[in-house]
Amino acid sequence: MDSLQTYLFISAILFSLGLYGVITRRNGIAVLMGIELILNSANINFIAFARFGGMNLSGQVFALFVIIMAAAEAAVALAIIINIFNNLQTVNIDEAQQLKL
Amino acid sequence: MEDLAFGLIVAITLGSAFMVVQGKQLLYSAIALLFTLFGVAGLYIFMWADFMAGVQIVIYIGGILVLLIFGIMLTNKITSVNISHTSLQRGAGVLVALSVLSFLVVMIGRTPWLEKTALEPAQTADGIGMLLMMEYLLPFEVASLLLLGALIGAAMLSRSVD
Repeated sequence: MDSLQTYLFISAILFSLGLYGVITRRNGIAVLMGIELILNSANINFIAFARFGGMNLSGQVFALFVIIMAAAEAAVALAIIINIFNNLQTVNIDEAQQLKL
Repeated sequence: MEDLAFGLIVAITLGSAFMVVQGKQLLYSAIALLFTLFGVAGLYIFMWADFMAGVQIVIYIGGILVLLIFGIMLTNKITSVNISHTSLQRGAGVLVALSVLSFLVVMIGRTPWLEKTALEPAQTADGIGMLLMMEYLLPFEVASLLLLGALIGAAMLSRSVD
């Protein structure tokens, strides 16, 4: 368990699960959950390289920035999804095709 | 004992991640995401990143997940019982995800990684604080600007038009 590869494999599985969610889900919020999984897998990679690749704390600082970006992204994306729901009465992202009502 | 805990955390992380993308009810997916984020925080602790594990729990579970649950509540009418969501293109999704996964696994297995075992830090919080205030000061300030922009943008997007 104490090797770089173990963590990279875990994060690869998490990444493909998130990708599967983004591709198959139709609810905007569920797509957002898939994106969160992908961002978490990237964070696991950052911290794994911080631990095993000799990056020390710099890798953890980068993971911190990724978390900050994820928070900002979630807030804006949810505002957009709620706006779509208010205008179209649905959160199905396939039906939100027009830029203007 | 340590191996057992590690296996348990990995199983919780990946199992609940599968439930996130596969669950029928959206709210169940959100609850499964909670366990995934906890599992990832556990993995951080295994990699000596205790401060990052705390940040993960506070920001992801305390912030982003609550925001997502708010979003689920706000975009469903109480009267409509069905908070589920359809999934389309299952076959294509499985195909793409499996091919990406196999590519990544082969790539990770074949690459000769440069492994340098870091020294176990006594505490990570003060080191991260020093890095943020000295080496990564500019990204830190840009991140604060980004958060301010996201705050204003989200408030402007979601307010009702008078």
